[in-house]
Amino acid sequence: MQVTMTVNGEKVTRDVEPRLLLVHFVRDVLGLTGTHWGCDTSNCGTCVLWMDGEPVKSCTVLTPMAGGREIRTVEDLERDGELDPIQQGFINEHGLQCGFCTPAMMITCRDLLDHNPDPSNDEIREAISGQICRCTGYENIVRATRWAADHPATEEVTA
Amino acid sequence: MTAVEEAPADPVGFGRMHRKEDARFVRGQGNYVDDIVLPGMLHGAILRSSYAHARINGIDTSAAEAHPKVKAVITGKTLEGLGLAWAPSLSHDVIAILATDKVRFQGQEVAFVVAEDRYSARDALELIEVDYEPLPVLVDARKALDAGATVIRDDIEGKSDNHIFDWESGNKEETDAVFAKADVVVTQDMLYPRVHPAPMETCGQIADMNKVTGKLTIYCTSQAPHAHRTIYALVAGLPEHQIRVISPDIGGGFGNKVGIYPGYVLTVVGSIVTGKPVKWTEDRSENLMSTSFARDYHMHGEIAATSDGRILALRTKTLADHGAFNNTAQPTKYPAGFFHIFTGSYDLEAAHCEVTGVYTNKAPGGVAYACSFRVTEAAYLVERLVDCLAGELKIDPAELRLKNFIKPEQFPYTCKTGWEYDSGDYPRAMRLAMDMAGYEDLRKEQAEKRERGELMGIGISFFTETVGAGPRKHMDILGLGMADGAELRVHPTGKAVVRISVQTQGQGHETTFAQIVAEELGLPVADIDVVHGDTDNTPFGLGTYGSRSTPVSGAAVAIATRRVRDKAKLIAATMLEVSPDDLEWEKGKWFVKGDPSTAKTIQEIALAAHGPMELPEGVEGHLDGSCVYDPPNLTYPFGAYICVVDVDSQTGHVQVRRFIAVDDCGPRINPMIVEGQVHGGLADGVGMALMQVIAFDEDGNCLGGSFMDYLLPTSIECPSWELGETVTPSPHHPLGVKGVGESATVGSPAAVVNAVLDAIGVRHADMPLTPAHVWRAMQGNPLRTDLAIE
Amino acid sequence: MQVPAPVEYERATTVDEAIALLERYGPEARLIAGGHSLIPMMKLRLARPEVLIDINDLKDLAYIKREGDELRIGAMARHRDLLESPVAFEYFPIFRDAEQVIADPIVRNRGTVGGSICQADPSEDLSAAFAAVDAVMVIRSSSGERIVPSIEFHEGPYTTAVGDGEILMEVRVPIRPGCGSAYEKVKRRVGDWAIGAAGACVQLEGDTVIEAGVGLAAVGADHFRALGAEDVLRGGPATEEQFAAASAAAAAGCAPVSDQRGPADYKRHLAEVLTLRALRRAAARARGQE
Repeated sequence: MQVTMTVNGEKVTRDVEPRLLLVHFVRDVLGLTGTHWGCDTSNCGTCVLWMDGEPVKSCTVLTPMAGGREIRTVEDLERDGELDPIQQGFINEHGLQCGFCTPAMMITCRDLLDHNPDPSNDEIREAISGQICRCTGYENIVRATRWAADHPATEEVTA
Repeated sequence: MTAVEEAPADPVGFGRMHRKEDARFVRGQGNYVDDIVLPGMLHGAILRSSYAHARINGIDTSAAEAHPKVKAVITGKTLEGLGLAWAPSLSHDVIAILATDKVRFQGQEVAFVVAEDRYSARDALELIEVDYEPLPVLVDARKALDAGATVIRDDIEGKSDNHIFDWESGNKEETDAVFAKADVVVTQDMLYPRVHPAPMETCGQIADMNKVTGKLTIYCTSQAPHAHRTIYALVAGLPEHQIRVISPDIGGGFGNKVGIYPGYVLTVVGSIVTGKPVKWTEDRSENLMSTSFARDYHMHGEIAATSDGRILALRTKTLADHGAFNNTAQPTKYPAGFFHIFTGSYDLEAAHCEVTGVYTNKAPGGVAYACSFRVTEAAYLVERLVDCLAGELKIDPAELRLKNFIKPEQFPYTCKTGWEYDSGDYPRAMRLAMDMAGYEDLRKEQAEKRERGELMGIGISFFTETVGAGPRKHMDILGLGMADGAELRVHPTGKAVVRISVQTQGQGHETTFAQIVAEELGLPVADIDVVHGDTDNTPFGLGTYGSRSTPVSGAAVAIATRRVRDKAKLIAATMLEVSPDDLEWEKGKWFVKGDPSTAKTIQEIALAAHGPMELPEGVEGHLDGSCVYDPPNLTYPFGAYICVVDVDSQTGHVQVRRFIAVDDCGPRINPMIVEGQVHGGLADGVGMALMQVIAFDEDGNCLGGSFMDYLLPTSIECPSWELGETVTPSPHHPLGVKGVGESATVGSPAAVVNAVLDAIGVRHADMPLTPAHVWRAMQGNPLRTDLAIE
Repeated sequence: MQVPAPVEYERATTVDEAIALLERYGPEARLIAGGHSLIPMMKLRLARPEVLIDINDLKDLAYIKREGDELRIGAMARHRDLLESPVAFEYFPIFRDAEQVIADPIVRNRGTVGGSICQADPSEDLSAAFAAVDAVMVIRSSSGERIVPSIEFHEGPYTTAVGDGEILMEVRVPIRPGCGSAYEKVKRRVGDWAIGAAGACVQLEGDTVIEAGVGLAAVGADHFRALGAEDVLRGGPATEEQFAAASAAAAAGCAPVSDQRGPADYKRHLAEVLTLRALRRAAARARGQE
């Protein structure tokens, strides 16, 4: 069936099987491989992207369910060659090691800051509690988000 | 626009700095195996056995082959014809690539489908019919050697039991004599349960056999690309110079990505059969059920001491569950890895260990998950025994350790099982950890809480690791000595490339190895490109695991760089028309002693080395250096860990309140990266102590085959780690560094377990200490955690 | 690779359309809302619907409001909505307690109240919470609406009163003066199903328990409900002794099964401990002390 959605600001239409998982659509059909997958049971969270402004686990969404909706992935964080503060925070505070959980973590942390610009460390930990990292032990992800909270973007970024 | 603070200048050499590789990862531009698409690429899927032990009476693949999108279906019979149904394991055994006669563990590979896309491949699996005849199942390792136990490896000629090996280390007579005379002997059985490294990226491979050129190109989630290449050559008879193995970005390894899995071999066969590239990426249940598990050591430990707390000796009889095939990856002379480092951090009069390996109807493996070749098991055993002794003697566990540490002046120290510990200052690290923790205050708080019936625990783990394998005369894997190469080339314009044989899976090699070159040569880190992961353009080496990258490859890079520096000296001398003996080095330049204005920078020297200037006798042009480093010894990082927990006395729920970790890995090339490594390993400790286990029921069903059942710690279970450091360089390493990648995973579980048991006043209960298990332990009726709960 | 078997997809934009699609495709069609119960089952191929009817556009069912003396929760209210709802929290803090320990924040963005209770996993927390507050479920078909009390709604594991061609519309919870409610759960790790969980709602008049509801999850309580515990409480004093007796009755009346989360004896123990804790907090809230 034909499915049309907006991905990182661009309208895309593709012919897909209804059962195609959104994570596979984004990765294999659109070639946006920044979104990852890591489990079968919606636990790991490496597949998180934005759907209609909310972080969702894209392995648990069928592509037609995203039809007519707005999808944003990690590739959309950088704007005009400028990194989002969350990306800079992850670099500055060593919030990533292998990088596999990183796009999803950044999306969730970015989303948290968009709703709660000055979160406590507990609130940051709560926000990422549905996503697993095997490398960092989470401490530096919290510090990276803290850094981004303390260094917000200086210009309005239009979505 | 991001408001970025003025970043401090990057150090030229060792020091805290951001990672070069982050630029691509934060943009989602990492290049992992599943990201790679080759023209015409097909997808493979593996049919796996749902039985733990069954004869295969027949496989009907006709319906699968008829699927319109399926290009090939391969069974054990197909492979038998190619001599590939079985392959040598890393431990003097064989593994089945696809089952032929029997399946021997739930999840074992039975057939391989190659199709146009992964969904069709998955659909086709359902079209394959296998006629299984169930056999008795053995999942309890403690019953593996019982008379009448089902024989799992009847493929081995003459095999009539499940015994694999017996191995021992230390002096039995001496140890028994010490035990016989000791005032106090404390005995404790303990299980280190089967767990799994579970990196976020599962394993996978793309194989592309080009029939025209004869070249096989492989993209693999491999921690050891050169080892893979050579093994394919040795085992499959493919010409080694026609095999290229590329490890692109790897999403975590932790020892899960060392060996060659059947799925990898199947992609090669699939590519040969179809003439197209074939990709196989496993799903999470395949990863948990069939790739290398870790641990599964049933340890009977004994500790002998005087009545005033001097530890005299340690001994253990341990049963090692290896699963259905012995495929542990460790140096071949060490079937139990480095388990005999169970002597730990203590000055003993005697020690002896015996390890017996057995087969069970479970996936093969055992050495994985940051174990440093069984050092995790050893450290857990000794640190639990020391706490058991402390409890018995009613001596504070910190005091007991301080009383028994190997003293600084005793290093280098040869322990009773033959390890020569290179350097250490244990009391200093222990006291620092106690200071950071506020140990006295914690004990006071604990006492006050106890009065009120509130349970709080303080657990210590002081570990010594042996890592950085290793001297090639003692250490090889499948006949490949564990020496690693490094090649440095300085370009005419003074930039450089260093090619290394080890393989990062997140450890930051693209930055840290450039920092080593920078430290030795004075080139800015940004000017040094680190190349790794492609066997076509890197020197040979055995890869990254066992915390060996900095001890071995780091040394190789340092020495190669010093050779370049020495050559640069000769060239500078010619440029300055002086004798080399008249020159002095300051990072980045050679100059005439006492006259810095004469300085020639490395960049200037590099250009001259490529130019027309006549070079001195014996000096060739260009500015390159290389080294194959054969380490003279392993290195011995150590640490003092203190964990504080609060336990709900009614529900048994454990919350880790604090974790203090003091690590000593020698000098730190990049402290930021070292801290990150420690953070990650500490999370492992919380996870293994409290929630991680791969258990089996009596039918051999794997009870940890998904992330709903195999639980990994999240940001909520992990506290904010408190780190400290001491620095005790290794005397034999060119940089004094020791390796740290696995330290925290090795040292932390015992700290958490000791803390929980301290809180509830129970001598021992096995990991994982889930709420149910803590409660049961408090009732005096602990659970057996490797089997189904009844 | 765990991916679903082939399936057809339809999207409904109104409730009537959803019902019509259910009737058109018959029992091999399933409604899909958040999908976080159904899609994982489809990936494991344990569920193989022929048609999925996507009801995520039924925003009309995504409300949480007070209407008269009832709190009404639309079936399409997301878990996150219930967690953050001020009106729900005002009358029934049990829902915030429960939602804080249901799944994880990302899953809560998608999972729905209706989807969770219709999936009826025996460990499902909202089912136990609704049992404690004596909720009723409103089910619609082409022949109209019917109201089913929660104790009849939950027929057994994975089985509810919602039949073919029917859709759950909303859950209604009676608001009674003097009520306090709370939820307690023990799990091995954040996001895990409960090893045991208890929800309690008590209506106090002075120091007397006028009405009580106790819901249990994951311990094999019929219809998620501890009727025996309620009988002990009803009409009696709101004291620690009474709560302890009720908790013992809750434990005696459930039928936990051993699994890798825990052995049956521990789960039974949890039923008692958590019922007592939930009752204490519910009473404290009823008295305005918390």
